[in-house]
Amino acid sequence: MATYDGVFDTLGLRAWCDASGNDGPMSMADLMARTGGDDAGAGSLRDLPFPSLDALHEACGAIPQSRDLTLGLEQGFLAIRDGLRIVIDPLTQPLSWMLSDMIWVMTSTPWWIVIPALLLLAFFVARSWKVVGFVAATLGLLAFIDHFEPAMETLAIIFVCAFICVLFGVPIGIAMSRSDRMQRIGIPILDMLQTLPPFVYLIPLIFLFSVTEPKLYGIAIILYAIVPVIRLTDLGIRLVDQSVVEAADAFGMTSRQKLFGVQIPLALPNIMAGVNQTIMMSLAMVVIASLVSAPGLGVLVLRGIRNLELGVGLVAGLGIVMIAILLDRVTKAALARVDASQSSR
Amino acid sequence: MTNQVKVSIRHLYKIFGDDPVTAMEAVGEGMSKADLLETHNHVLGLRDINVDIRETEITVIMGLSGSGKSTLIRHFNRLIEPTAGEVLVDGENILEWDEARLRQMRRETMSMVFQKFALLPHRTVLDNAGLALATRGRKRKDYEAEAERWLERVGLGGLGGQFPHQLSGGMQQRVGIARALTSNAPIMLMDEAFSALDPLIRTDMQDLLIELQGELRKTIVFITHDLDEALKLADHLVILNDGAVVQQGEPQHILLNPADAYIADFVADIYRARVLRARSVMRTEPVDGEIAGEIDHNDNLESVIEKAEGSLSPRFRVMRDGKPVGTLLMPDIMRALVPRKAEHAA
Repeated sequence: MATYDGVFDTLGLRAWCDASGNDGPMSMADLMARTGGDDAGAGSLRDLPFPSLDALHEACGAIPQSRDLTLGLEQGFLAIRDGLRIVIDPLTQPLSWMLSDMIWVMTSTPWWIVIPALLLLAFFVARSWKVVGFVAATLGLLAFIDHFEPAMETLAIIFVCAFICVLFGVPIGIAMSRSDRMQRIGIPILDMLQTLPPFVYLIPLIFLFSVTEPKLYGIAIILYAIVPVIRLTDLGIRLVDQSVVEAADAFGMTSRQKLFGVQIPLALPNIMAGVNQTIMMSLAMVVIASLVSAPGLGVLVLRGIRNLELGVGLVAGLGIVMIAILLDRVTKAALARVDASQSSR
Repeated sequence: MTNQVKVSIRHLYKIFGDDPVTAMEAVGEGMSKADLLETHNHVLGLRDINVDIRETEITVIMGLSGSGKSTLIRHFNRLIEPTAGEVLVDGENILEWDEARLRQMRRETMSMVFQKFALLPHRTVLDNAGLALATRGRKRKDYEAEAERWLERVGLGGLGGQFPHQLSGGMQQRVGIARALTSNAPIMLMDEAFSALDPLIRTDMQDLLIELQGELRKTIVFITHDLDEALKLADHLVILNDGAVVQQGEPQHILLNPADAYIADFVADIYRARVLRARSVMRTEPVDGEIAGEIDHNDNLESVIEKAEGSLSPRFRVMRDGKPVGTLLMPDIMRALVPRKAEHAA
């Protein structure tokens, strides 16, 4: 006797319940109850179970169990998988190429070309010798402890993913800033992307692509890291001094002139802050993505966990920290440069 | 001196809220502002505004905060869409214009100066001054000389390479004025242009504006909440209260003949001796008696009293362009100095 038998009896649904039969495989709880044996229905009010799917299923076979829900979701996903793959696979193929090419370029080029090239890039972005010196020291240290190649792999992945994040994130942010409806639709999606545990991104992607494809981790990183650049672009443009925008209108600017001549330049400090956050978040995700064959320092961290090689894991982890500081300093210096050439109101 | 009407506002209404059309019907049937807010939850911003802006005059629209003056000036170039009414520029209703035509008007016939300056902080002073021309698609080297010339004219020569935040408030507003002048538009809208400046700078800027106007003869619409400023600048004064025009006309006339208690109250604190001119107080009919001297029709009463050395007996001949136009009697001056009660008090 299940607790909610009476409910279905009084509602006159007994026939409907029994007709659909109770022939699913037994759940663990069922088995436990059966082996435990006794007085299932004799409980007091204190033992009244919440009318959950499982509890109701006990009383009425027509009601599905909770595990059917997860099973249904999985089967539904598998059903649309092939269709989805036909669409998404070609669309995302360039990402695979970009990732593998970038990794190839950065690891197979001799170090005495890569390091100066990176220093030049750092100078170009930050325009500060202090920052360039810091980058040189960090890269030199990583190379000295023979972590240069995984570090370059990690950097290559971040460069590609952050670039794509900016490429798509800034226009999406602009669109959201220009339409309240877009913002209403966009914000919950961004909230979800941001709060979904990073591991969860990987699950549907594993089903969609084969684990050896670089785009698998590429997509996971981009989805996770694109949020701040969208948010801060949207916010930055909305925060642009309305009186300046009004002046632009009053002098007859077209909306394009207004966007590129006023709104984006004035939102640039916020957009740059978003880019900085995006880079930091792709770094966080690139470590987790090593679970699905993303190369780089994350693999060494994973090895440290799996084989309990404490030293390997710790050194790789500290290497990631160093790369994080390096990227942060360079983008922060760029941000400060953008800020200074504007004004403090 | 009646000039051509340049801009004309006709039966203009502005209602703020979700459904202004329905609310407008209620207002059309004579509902008051308070009732509208009560029953429809809409705010009546402007009610039946009729103003003519004449060419080459400074029209000052004056009102306290919340009177709708900033809303009104934004209707001149359609930064705000009216709920009902017409805005005629050179006889054409700009509310019927499409985007492109409107943009052209904003670029070429109307420029604007803002209370908070609204300069582009990321562009140099020179680029800011040349904004209107750059917006029209002119290359930098084409507008540079023009922008530099106007910067020079407002007293900012040589500062073109600076950024706005490196300048003081008064200098920033000079850039704002240079920006409006560089556009070479015949109409200039000035939205509380000097209100954010401190009093001494404000006086300087007012003098600068008067000086520029003497030479450029633009059509200026000037918004202010400061009656002294309004009286100093205005050729035509429009007083706005609670979204409606209470009185408009020649400032001297308003001062001497306030339409209702509100205006009378408003002008009561003015230092009349300095504001009132001989021409507003003089008698045009022939007056017998000895003439003590000649004064200009634009002399203020303060200078006349000084000239009379405090005596009540002398009479002066009022001259305009070398011709006598009337006679000024000292008792009339004394009477004019005392604020008059509203003739038909509300």
